[in-house]
Amino acid sequence: MKHGLLAVLCCAAVGAAAQSLPVPPFASKPDLARLDYDLKPRQIAPGTWVIEGEVADFSRANGCNIINTGFIVTGDGVVVINTGPSRLYGEQQRRAIERITREPVQRVIALNLHPDYFFGHQAWADRPTQALAGSVAGMQAEGRAYADNLYRLCGDWMKGTESTPARDGLDPQTLPQTLQVGGHRLELRRLEGHTADDLVLIDHTTGVLFAGGLVFAERVPTTPHAQFARWTASLDQLAQWHAAGQFRTVVPSHGPVHDGTAGIRQTRDWLQWLTAQMQGSAERGLDLGEVLRLPVPERFARWAAQPAELHRSLTQWYPQFEQRVLVGGPSAR
Amino acid sequence: MRLIGTRRQWLQSAMSLVAVPAFAQDDQTGGDPLGSMQYPSLREQTIGKASARFTDQVVVKGPAFADDAMNVPLLVDARGLDKVGGGVARIRVSVDRNPVRQVLDFEPLRALPMLAFRIRMEQASPVRAFVQTRDGQWHVGSTWVQAAGGGCTVPGLTRADGSWSRTLGQVQARFFNNVIDGSRRLRLRVMHPMDTGLVAGVPSFHIEQLELQDAGGQVWWRIALHEPVSENPLITFELPTASPPAFRLVGRDNNGNRIDAEVAA
Repeated sequence: MKHGLLAVLCCAAVGAAAQSLPVPPFASKPDLARLDYDLKPRQIAPGTWVIEGEVADFSRANGCNIINTGFIVTGDGVVVINTGPSRLYGEQQRRAIERITREPVQRVIALNLHPDYFFGHQAWADRPTQALAGSVAGMQAEGRAYADNLYRLCGDWMKGTESTPARDGLDPQTLPQTLQVGGHRLELRRLEGHTADDLVLIDHTTGVLFAGGLVFAERVPTTPHAQFARWTASLDQLAQWHAAGQFRTVVPSHGPVHDGTAGIRQTRDWLQWLTAQMQGSAERGLDLGEVLRLPVPERFARWAAQPAELHRSLTQWYPQFEQRVLVGGPSAR
Repeated sequence: MRLIGTRRQWLQSAMSLVAVPAFAQDDQTGGDPLGSMQYPSLREQTIGKASARFTDQVVVKGPAFADDAMNVPLLVDARGLDKVGGGVARIRVSVDRNPVRQVLDFEPLRALPMLAFRIRMEQASPVRAFVQTRDGQWHVGSTWVQAAGGGCTVPGLTRADGSWSRTLGQVQARFFNNVIDGSRRLRLRVMHPMDTGLVAGVPSFHIEQLELQDAGGQVWWRIALHEPVSENPLITFELPTASPPAFRLVGRDNNGNRIDAEVAA
């Protein structure tokens, strides 16, 4: 095991340590007895609000509310971004928005196929719901399995929730797409790697990027549909757009809203470390059970959802690294 | 969802276990440090009427949580018994709360008394390694593995897509040096669907026995596998550093298919 440890230390030295971000305390006080998420919209830019989930893993205590949803009050209707993990969340999100503005919601956008991006769609049945066409297909294919899993994890919070995929699939050929909505110039772009279809929304009027699942901050990234090389390339693309002044503020789906590229760099650092860890361990001949027990570098150890999310990633992806090494010929020594 | 539909069967068998007063003593767990009521019947099923000493000289490690209930990684290490009772003769792994409880039976022979492998788990359960030393004594180590209720989250891939028949019995193997002191690691995969027999219309179909032979026909270890071992079993063995460069892996499944492959560094 000594060599395994050395490999970890080497990898840690290569990745440039990403700057850490303050994580504010969870603003909501979910009440399980009343099934009240206590959603508290917070304004982050003109007309722009986020409802922040806990920076944590799913739990009944947080109502499985771990996602940041958002809405933009444009002057010509509201654009809603992501609808949370359940029917109840969507309903309470809708009421929270109605408390802030009388403008009607003109569209609802889900940035990818994961359940907390669209399980609140039941509350928006009378509004256009959009997602990339590939995401819509994924929601349709996997929605029931997501529901099974979330009912198991979240219990009563899921009451009455049925997977309700977005109806309007955006053809990737039509992206990037700029929408002038009221006083906001919004641009939709397609990237990939966190899932096969990652939609991002840039509000050029306010300089806010809704980054979806491509960017995590102070929280271990989830990887059930990851394509690691493409994800890293998408993060580089985002960093370039930031350098070109296309956005200033980043709203990740999980983790604190922040200015700059700290979240982009954290996510990139993690993906590089994780893949190097798996490759190095497979070449050393370690079994999955041993890799699950390797120490995590200090800079990642404090992140939310550690080690559960790391273990999910290793359990899902390490067998492929093992397999490549097994069929790849004789050992180096 | 291979194992789905077995819950009721399991519940029925569990109920009957509780009801049968086969171990009418005050402690219905047979002294199990994990407090499992299934332990006494598991022990009897695994080692018969013999008694077993609970010990941390037998290390069993599983994940904190079985994220993939079809592939739960387990490590068993009985090197702590190297100097006890003449050393380790065999290791039997079994699971209290699985529809099929016997996992494998390993005779280390010339190998180290340790191995890593993956199994299917239907629900959270203790996992046991019953280790018999050469003097006939049994020693048992345990761990508790948490798993999601409902067990499987992913169907057996090669059974689902039909590809198993093209790879049946293929062997992949590789040696690794210096992973642990004093050992030469052999990681071995045999392609096999390892059907549990618990899915409607798919009878039990699994590797029954494997052994590692050197050029002179000497056997270095022997292992019998049961249904809970995961599809396309990947098993990690530890051989002495002074072991031959090349071996032959020989075995069969319960349908009589032969497994026979060169295993060389």
